[in-house]
Amino acid sequence: MPTETPTPTLLTKKDFQTDQEVRWCPGCGDYAILSAVQQVFPELGIPREKFVVVSGIGCSSRFPYYMNTFGFHTIHGRAPAVATGLKLARPELEVWIATGDGDSMSIGGNHLIHVLRRNVGVKILMFNNRIYGLTKGQYSPTSELGKKTKSTPAGSVDYPFNPLSLAIGAGATFIARSVDIFQAHLRDTLRRAAQHKGTAYVEIYQNCNIFNDKAFSGLTDKETKDETALYLEHGKPLVFGKNKDRGIRMSGTRMEVIELGGELGPDDCLVWDETQENPALSFLMAQLQPPGFPIPLGVFRDVEVPTYEERVIAQMHTETERLGVGKLEDLLRAGDTWTVEEQPAS
Amino acid sequence: MIAENERHTAVPEKIDEVVIRFAGDSGDGMQLTGTQFTNTSALLGNDLSTLPDFPAEIRAPAGTLPGVSAFQVRIADYDIHTPGDSPDVLVAMNPAALKKEIKDLKPNGIVIVNTDEFNARNFAKANITVNPLEDGSLANYRVFQAALTTMTRRTLEASGLDTKSMDRCKNMFALGMCYWLFSRPLDNTVEWLKKQFARKPNLAEANIAVLKAGWNFCDITELFHDRYEVPAARMEPGLYRNITGNVSLAMGLIAASRRSGLPLFLGAYPITPASDVLHELSRYKNFGVTTFQAEDEIAAVCAAIGASFGGALGVTASSGPGIALKAEAMNLAVMTELPLVVCDIQRGGPSTGLPTKTEQADLLQVMFGRNGESPIPIISASSPKDCFEVALEAVRIATRYMVPVVLLSDGYIANGSEPWKLPQVEELPDLRIEFRADPEGFQPYERDAETLSRPWAVPGTPGLEHRIGGLEKENVTGNVSYDPVNHENMIHLRAEKVARIARELPDVEVFGDPQGGELLVLGWGSTAGAIHGAVSSARRLGLSVSRAHLRYLNPFPRNLGEVLARFDRVLLPEMNLGQLALLLRARFLKDIITLSKVQGKPFTRQEILDKIQSLLEHKHAH
Repeated sequence: MPTETPTPTLLTKKDFQTDQEVRWCPGCGDYAILSAVQQVFPELGIPREKFVVVSGIGCSSRFPYYMNTFGFHTIHGRAPAVATGLKLARPELEVWIATGDGDSMSIGGNHLIHVLRRNVGVKILMFNNRIYGLTKGQYSPTSELGKKTKSTPAGSVDYPFNPLSLAIGAGATFIARSVDIFQAHLRDTLRRAAQHKGTAYVEIYQNCNIFNDKAFSGLTDKETKDETALYLEHGKPLVFGKNKDRGIRMSGTRMEVIELGGELGPDDCLVWDETQENPALSFLMAQLQPPGFPIPLGVFRDVEVPTYEERVIAQMHTETERLGVGKLEDLLRAGDTWTVEEQPAS
Repeated sequence: MIAENERHTAVPEKIDEVVIRFAGDSGDGMQLTGTQFTNTSALLGNDLSTLPDFPAEIRAPAGTLPGVSAFQVRIADYDIHTPGDSPDVLVAMNPAALKKEIKDLKPNGIVIVNTDEFNARNFAKANITVNPLEDGSLANYRVFQAALTTMTRRTLEASGLDTKSMDRCKNMFALGMCYWLFSRPLDNTVEWLKKQFARKPNLAEANIAVLKAGWNFCDITELFHDRYEVPAARMEPGLYRNITGNVSLAMGLIAASRRSGLPLFLGAYPITPASDVLHELSRYKNFGVTTFQAEDEIAAVCAAIGASFGGALGVTASSGPGIALKAEAMNLAVMTELPLVVCDIQRGGPSTGLPTKTEQADLLQVMFGRNGESPIPIISASSPKDCFEVALEAVRIATRYMVPVVLLSDGYIANGSEPWKLPQVEELPDLRIEFRADPEGFQPYERDAETLSRPWAVPGTPGLEHRIGGLEKENVTGNVSYDPVNHENMIHLRAEKVARIARELPDVEVFGDPQGGELLVLGWGSTAGAIHGAVSSARRLGLSVSRAHLRYLNPFPRNLGEVLARFDRVLLPEMNLGQLALLLRARFLKDIITLSKVQGKPFTRQEILDKIQSLLEHKHAH
């Protein structure tokens, strides 16, 4: 593998921009996500050539072309599989996956659950706009029930996936949620994902202003955003609202919203713990949504277990210690062999 | 082969070859029994060839026809190329095995039956109405009846084993009998049993006791009047081992990894008959081999592509249905011009087809079964040991030309075995390659003038940051391009790159009359042995027939058209309906006579010989 002097690590956002014309629709939420990633990457202190951005198919999957790193725009749904092979072959690389709700939740669902279950050391940015954009407006596996689209003129009759619940069910060790235009929060979330050792799964609410505009307006509109967002902070009580006047507490096996200020205060709220090994609480949190509940943003779960590549390498080392470094001569001659001697002509 | 005149105490009669088929229920251990007979014979220096034939069900209902599992081995004192058309000896462990296999036995052949299993219950399971041992239907064979189960139990009376465990040893009784009949020593199998049951020494002892009991039974009872011996074959001096196609393929891939300096990465999903490649390679982690059992066939090939992108030797192995699933990803490797080896161990199709049976019907799938103009080099193995060389060659082409390569094997080769003269490591081809390291003037799709390959620029190399993907690329820069003229140019470049591989390929060789003649029998893949045998026999009969065998199916060797033109007629036996014939006709405008067989079984020598004779005699009659 290459051993040349790495590029200096004092990099800037500019170092991660390519000369390619960005071809997302004007006003697309993808621009904001691209900008946040290009700001966070140089902060990580990793040489540029160590980054690889892998994607599948869809609007979000054009991402690698706009990142001045190594990049691989693969086929629909398969980015996690390609990334797994790459990470196993080159564990020292910093591998990020850009994907969308169609790419990741539909055609690539199988690869998603398996990359999560294995805990491969890759970061997955799932741009969730709840629509198929590149194919011009069909409903996606995260579109809400009843959604009218080109392929569902009478409304969708499919129940949608909850991506974070799915990820928890698949054994994800890090899951988080942010929003395209919440730049500071998004950058924080990306930094947290970058620090995680195993698979980091980040759902990013992303507005498709052409085919599904205002899908997240409750969360992004000035008037409603403070009442809709619940920011998860590890070790802090779950309090939300413009005046911090509401909170979340446990009631038996359910979460409930409580009004603060009267008899109840922040001390009565659930203190958020993202590190619990048991994912039950994270799952409950992932289920919260309007009406009746705010939308949680931030880190839902962050637990550390050995990564897939670490286990693979450890096994390789153990076997090499046990058997010695393999010699081709010995391998060919393994098992029962016999010698045919030079025979005199008869 | 049999003369009934000597007492068994006499010196065994020397015969030049014998074909034995061990047949029984799936749970009777027939594959193991056959393999032991094979390995012992290999150590005695026989040339040999094997043909396992087992059902797709792991345990079909015991005693039924679908549950019959068989293993045929041919041993000889001369150079052979097939497991034999029909057996001289049939070991039938139950009525179903007898019923299913007896039709193949040679007239006057030996049948050894386990009489304990010949009862009304088992007749019913095998849909037999009259006891075949009593109805005269076996009059043309020499039937030897032995109560294998009873004698096995008696042998193990004092062993403390339960009846079920005792009965599992009865295959060793049959093996002991065959060892006696063909004068094989027991020690190789004894050692193997000790090793196999190292943690259960009582089972090792039981199996060994039954093996010896089978031998002694023959030695004492004069069941057989004659005893035979197949002397060692005259083989090229050297060190040999017996090898199956899938193991040989795995060895070849490891050898290629070592000779190229690239760590081997296998992405695979379990599928018959390719799984043994995964099993075998998973044992060699100390050779730097990574095996990834993926969630599906698509993930398996995608992970291999990801590993290739990272600078490893990416390989995936599957069979027809899995290859169909991999098609889109194989095209990604075509478009991104990354090296990849796709091993297709063919089985009977279409759909799930005949998972455990052989066929050669994936050729057109791997040639054409992808969207767009998608040229992929195809290389095929002709025998178990040939898989080793073909694996090295597939890796050479993939890395030198930066292309995915399909390697075709099949179930017959994969599970069959033959002696393999071990190569000297230093004589294996040098497959070293260089990654692009210099950022100066780097362009991801700049092409080598000779091979048209693009540089392999792996992540982690400073200054070589670039993006690849499935969208059409502008030549040289590798930028996404929708330019019509560029697209056409790239299609031509990808095709030309594959076509240029032919420049380095050896000419196809004609055996027989290289200058030409009445008939050429052309083959590819696992038909090689049967064709060799048939053409040799035909030539001994004075017929003007030659043979040639193709390893490279895309591109073809440069002299192929000219070779075909030298012969009046070309006969092409294929285990499909004429797939290579279709390609040859299209390419060379030469008619090809197809001899087709799609029964899940390899051609016999006789079937091809019959066709040769009918073609040539027919012609002479006019």
